[in-house]
Amino acid sequence: MWTAVLLAGVGCYLLKLAGLSLPERVLEHPTVERVADLIPVALLAALVAVQVFSSGSTLTLDARALGLGFAVVALLLRMPFLVVVVGASVVAAVARLL
Amino acid sequence: MHDAVLPPGERTAIVRDSLAVGVATGAYGFGFGAVSVASGLSIAQTCVLSLLMFTGASQFALVGVVAAGGAPLSGAATALLLGTRNTLYGLRMAPLLRWRGWRRAAAAHVLIDESTAMGVSRGTTEGARLGFVTTGVSVFVLWNLATAVGAFAGDAVGDPRTFGLDAAVGAAFLALLWPRLRDRRNVLVAVLAAAVALSLVPLTAAGVPVLAAGGVALLVGVLGKRQDPTEVPGPDDVAGGHR
Repeated sequence: MWTAVLLAGVGCYLLKLAGLSLPERVLEHPTVERVADLIPVALLAALVAVQVFSSGSTLTLDARALGLGFAVVALLLRMPFLVVVVGASVVAAVARLL
Repeated sequence: MHDAVLPPGERTAIVRDSLAVGVATGAYGFGFGAVSVASGLSIAQTCVLSLLMFTGASQFALVGVVAAGGAPLSGAATALLLGTRNTLYGLRMAPLLRWRGWRRAAAAHVLIDESTAMGVSRGTTEGARLGFVTTGVSVFVLWNLATAVGAFAGDAVGDPRTFGLDAAVGAAFLALLWPRLRDRRNVLVAVLAAAVALSLVPLTAAGVPVLAAGGVALLVGVLGKRQDPTEVPGPDDVAGGHR
């Protein structure tokens, strides 16, 4: 675990430093720019799906989905980040109590 | 772009907005601390992640993959892929900040969504530097303090399900994804990526589905034709930045 923590930590710093150090024309290659823009979209969407609808290697539907539902509504209403995240956990916790 | 001296009113406004974003984002570090400990990392590992990696989405990705039972190294790979986002921000910010040497090396550490959002919108180098540094440093200090408090609290709570902390992670990723969904192509990629990841959950080791979903981005990016500007978060896209 420590290896992963240190490796990813140093790697993320180097990625930031590279951004400030590389010439700007790297971005001018359209394919590089498109792929780089889409990577966070794809990864974040996949993380949402996996975090909410799976447990280990099985697909599940439970209180977490209600939490996500709350998050969607809160985001549509342009609520602050903190309200979205805390609200989602409260909704999931309450759903489990009922 | 000239280094015109900022009028005091504008200077105050930039500092106030940047601190507001710092406080809102920092508070959210509490959630990271609690979730990370609940995912099986130690308190020390959790704090080192916030100090060293210091980029929220990557940190959540690493602990998220580990929580799902994935190998720590596939968590690290996901974190690094998400970290490439900061490289793009750097390419955009470099000509604005115009720093070299140790200043550039120090600035790189606080190059994140929030500092980019609060710096990129300023018209002058001085304004960009002020917004970037004030936001970056206040988020860094508060994010790390909050992470430590959250980690100890999470340690005391035990089961993450008790307070719905497991649901908080999905909501956090969705909130980070949300500002990027204004573009129809991005919505398509998001839906495809989620579908690919879920269909791989029963078939592969934990951690692999998320990495494989990154392949969707590669595929659409290489095959796609349309060109549009890099998405850099604006002041409205970050916590505390709604105004």
